[in-house]
Amino acid sequence: MTAATTTGLVSYEDAVRRYDPVLGIEVHVELGTRTKMFCAAEVEFGGEPNTQVTPVSLGLPGALPVVNGKAVEYAIRIGLALNCTIAESCRFARKNYFYPDVPKNFQTSQYDEPIAYDGWLDVELEDGTVFRVEIERAHMEEDAGKNTHVGGSTGRIHGAEYSLVDYNRAGIPLVEIVTRPIEGAGDRAPEVARAYVQTLRDIFRTLDVSEARMERGNVRADVNLSLRTSPDAPLGTRTETKNVNSFRSIERAVRYEVSRQAGVLDAGLPVIQETRHFHEEDGTTSPGRVKSDAEDYRYFPEPDLVPVAPSREWVEEIRAALPEMPVARRRRLQGEWGYADAEMRDVVNAGAVDLIEATVAAGTSAAGARKWWMGELARRAKQDEVTLEDLSVTPAQIAQLQALVESGRINDKIARQVLDGVLAGEGDPEAVVVARGLEVVSDDGALLTAIDEALAAQPDVVEKVRGGNQGPVGAIIGAVMKATKGQADAKRVRELVLDRIGQ
Amino acid sequence: MSTISRDEVARVAALARIDLRPDEVDRLAGELDVIVESIARVSEVATPDVPATSHPLPLTNVFRDDVPELALPVQDVLAGAPQQKNGRFAVPQILGEE
Amino acid sequence: MTNDITRLSASDLGSALARKELSSVEATQAHLDRIAAVDGDLHAFLHVSTQEALATAADVDAKRAAGEELHPLAGVPIAVKDVVVTKGLPTTAGSKILENWVPPYDATLVERLKGAGLPILGKTNMDEFAMGSSTEHSAFGNTKNPWDLDRIPGGSGGGSAAAVAGFEAPLAIGTDTGGSIRQPGAVTGTVGVKPTYGGVSRYGLIAMASSLDQAGPVTRTVLDAALLHELIGGHDPHDSTSIDEPVPGVVAAARQGATGDLKGVRVGVVTELAGEGYQAGVSARFDESLEQLRALGAEIVEVSCPSFRYALDAYYLIMPAEASSNLAKFDGMRFGLRVEPAEGPVTAERVMGATRGAGFGDEVKRRVILGTYALSAGYYDAYYGSAQKVRTLIQRDFAAAFAKADVLVSPTAPTTAFKFGEKLDDPLAMYLNDVATIPANLAGVPGMSLPNGLSDDGLPVGFQILAPAKADDRMYRVGAALEAALESRWGGPLLNKAPELKTTELAR
Ligand SMILES: [Mg+2]
Ligand SMILES: [Zn+2]
Repeated sequence: MTAATTTGLVSYEDAVRRYDPVLGIEVHVELGTRTKMFCAAEVEFGGEPNTQVTPVSLGLPGALPVVNGKAVEYAIRIGLALNCTIAESCRFARKNYFYPDVPKNFQTSQYDEPIAYDGWLDVELEDGTVFRVEIERAHMEEDAGKNTHVGGSTGRIHGAEYSLVDYNRAGIPLVEIVTRPIEGAGDRAPEVARAYVQTLRDIFRTLDVSEARMERGNVRADVNLSLRTSPDAPLGTRTETKNVNSFRSIERAVRYEVSRQAGVLDAGLPVIQETRHFHEEDGTTSPGRVKSDAEDYRYFPEPDLVPVAPSREWVEEIRAALPEMPVARRRRLQGEWGYADAEMRDVVNAGAVDLIEATVAAGTSAAGARKWWMGELARRAKQDEVTLEDLSVTPAQIAQLQALVESGRINDKIARQVLDGVLAGEGDPEAVVVARGLEVVSDDGALLTAIDEALAAQPDVVEKVRGGNQGPVGAIIGAVMKATKGQADAKRVRELVLDRIGQ
Repeated sequence: MSTISRDEVARVAALARIDLRPDEVDRLAGELDVIVESIARVSEVATPDVPATSHPLPLTNVFRDDVPELALPVQDVLAGAPQQKNGRFAVPQILGEE
Repeated sequence: MTNDITRLSASDLGSALARKELSSVEATQAHLDRIAAVDGDLHAFLHVSTQEALATAADVDAKRAAGEELHPLAGVPIAVKDVVVTKGLPTTAGSKILENWVPPYDATLVERLKGAGLPILGKTNMDEFAMGSSTEHSAFGNTKNPWDLDRIPGGSGGGSAAAVAGFEAPLAIGTDTGGSIRQPGAVTGTVGVKPTYGGVSRYGLIAMASSLDQAGPVTRTVLDAALLHELIGGHDPHDSTSIDEPVPGVVAAARQGATGDLKGVRVGVVTELAGEGYQAGVSARFDESLEQLRALGAEIVEVSCPSFRYALDAYYLIMPAEASSNLAKFDGMRFGLRVEPAEGPVTAERVMGATRGAGFGDEVKRRVILGTYALSAGYYDAYYGSAQKVRTLIQRDFAAAFAKADVLVSPTAPTTAFKFGEKLDDPLAMYLNDVATIPANLAGVPGMSLPNGLSDDGLPVGFQILAPAKADDRMYRVGAALEAALESRWGGPLLNKAPELKTTELAR
């Protein structure tokens, strides 16, 4: 056991009071191209083992790589979205290390010549604070295969008797995005780390370069963290926690490392520079194996590939075709919709931006759309433990529903019944209204009959109202609503009742 | 006298994943000096003003369309495997006991 | 008439087949018989693919009978160096680590051979992973030189050269990283061509040094080399370094050259590739060939390439560095040999070390260790980086020389074939063999070796012609002209002077 692991944890709050955390985050994103980075093997999630390989991705003797042009385009898209400079010319390099899931025993990556460099990304925290993260580089590379460890008690790498390797994932294009040291996050370091990766994920989806599904490992983060006694002090020794694969885990891993490293430093010991593993079960990290090769990757330019020199015309074409980035879009929509900051934040956190945008596009007012998605629909989603997106109702249907209300054909209470019908798969709101016979009774004649019956049944109320006390009129309206099964327009009923009584 | 020590040869052999017998280490320690001599001569002309040529012909931007081709049949994929199980390559445990 | 068939050039054999004077099955069987008769001594082949070759031959014969349009070499059998992957045929690269490996795919050049209907006779012996100049580094025994069975056939492609020189095959495929096609050609009295880098696809060649490797023809005549060059050359989308242009008109150039007129052609003699270190008989034949070229109308000029003296050093930095990485995949995990460590835990890491320790021969280990060292932390710039600068200087030298001359010439190798074991313990002496051939690999320019006589020891000497990148046709013109002049002087091909090989009687 290393000295570091025997020291205690310092509470997070105490740790960040006395130490300044500095982050560094490396994110790998698997690109959503149809084929691999260097060969035409088709990529599909969840295929039978070793059914998506060619001699190239299997690393057979004699096989040679050819760059997937689409992957280069995607990498440029990512670079531009992260405000990077796109290299005039760049190269692939071989990163040499022996590992059974790396078929050639080198990873074809980029080393000193990444395709994109010197960028930044503005990250919005939950309270609306904007934090700028500097991007050092984004480079292209290939994924490794997948090891399944068999025979060990834990199912993890240690103690396994042997491993089974599937090379379907080997050669899937990756873009790795490396930040510069992220300073100044202070006690919000875990939140910044999480928000950064979340923002990247949103960007990947917006750019349509990856499905970016964390649970499938499409996006994987390595979190570097070091502590120093003050923001003026030189950077401390960092640890790199590998493959943290959910937003929540990123936050937890940072918190844990802050507490752990503070404990080490408090004990007067040095933090050991090492890679660490994150444990989902208890939110802790533990040291990885110290590599005997001391990370001597013997990089050299990949002689089987020629330089990538994206023309400036191509880069500008890609830039011109970039979709609006999520943050900019949110700011624009907030302005268009006239939501208050807090309202917009709630909408964003609820994942309702796209839904509201589509509802508004279908003709509903921004307020009307928000009323539904953040009100009744949010309540139902919560009750069913699903996301808003997963509810079986479309923005177009909500727009239709709201239009029915606004035209007075149904009221809010009926609208909820119509919604029940829509969610139950009975069709569009119009259809549900007709099928369930929920239309507002707007025929005065039918209403007057009901009103007369109610007045006759409650002569005392009529007396009181005539005496100038309008309070009890609600009892008559209630009776009429009951008689019409709620399908009457309450406002109209009130007018007619007062008229009848002669007020 | 050899300038590349036995220790250096052993370190590099470990990096290259080649088990060497002691007599092989001895012999290579002597023979690797050729590289030191080579580099001494090359340095005479490999001055900072000379650009490096990594590739005989100056090609750039050789790209492939993102169009799938047939994968190798899985039986061909596994045909050469020293050991296999359930459609996958069986390899010895990946790390030593800790 | 078996003997006559095997003595035909590929071009003549192709014509005879086209005229239906004989069938491809007959031609293929004749060569298989010859292999059975002499390969016990020569050991040019690691694997003979009798069934497959005859099947291809029968198929070609059927197509010809049906009147199909066929390639001029259709039905002409060929031998393929064992560093080229062949679907369904064992491919070992001369290494124990690949013993019994059967590739599931074909190299692009093999696809082209199959497409044109050339029966593949088998796979030829070579130095392990093409590392060597004598085939003494093959894990499966030496190949003998048909001129003298005590001598090396050159390397790494000694098997291909010996097969062609020994009339086991009219054509063979070689690969050339530092001279492995040309030097065996020189010492066996055959023709060998290393095309411009990128001229022939590398897809399916088991790589030694990616930026230097190039496959090419091994034949008995310049025209045969041109025919094979045109067939295997040209763009391949599976090789990113492949030239996306038509193959230079090498066949036309060879035919033009054979008419014997070299008026207006400037031939440059490289000062640095002659004189000291060259065997007297080699120098004498070289000078005579220059006179011959002058007699054909060529203008002989002297050019200097001062950086060539650093070529060997640069080569022995670049080649091992790339090889160390290219050979990393041979680890006992996915294919090939797997060896468990004699003692201690059986981990992937230890199995890799044991497999590579047992599966690689001395020369491969030497080069992989050398290359790993050259690339390892702290050394990259000084070693690999500096060598890449020498490459620039050599390219500049070539550019300057080709401004003064259309082709450059030199002896292919400094000596004739040496005896087995003579240089085995002296890697540097072995490396010196490649001094004249290596600059072309570093610069990517094409090179040809053709026989230009016998040295005073009665062994063949090679004449090297170099041309600018993508101007491969120039060396075919000059080579064919020289070949025609020399053969008319000799009264036939040089190989007619080779001793008859002892044949094993066949029970057929
Ligand atoms: Mg990392
Ligand atoms: Zn990476």
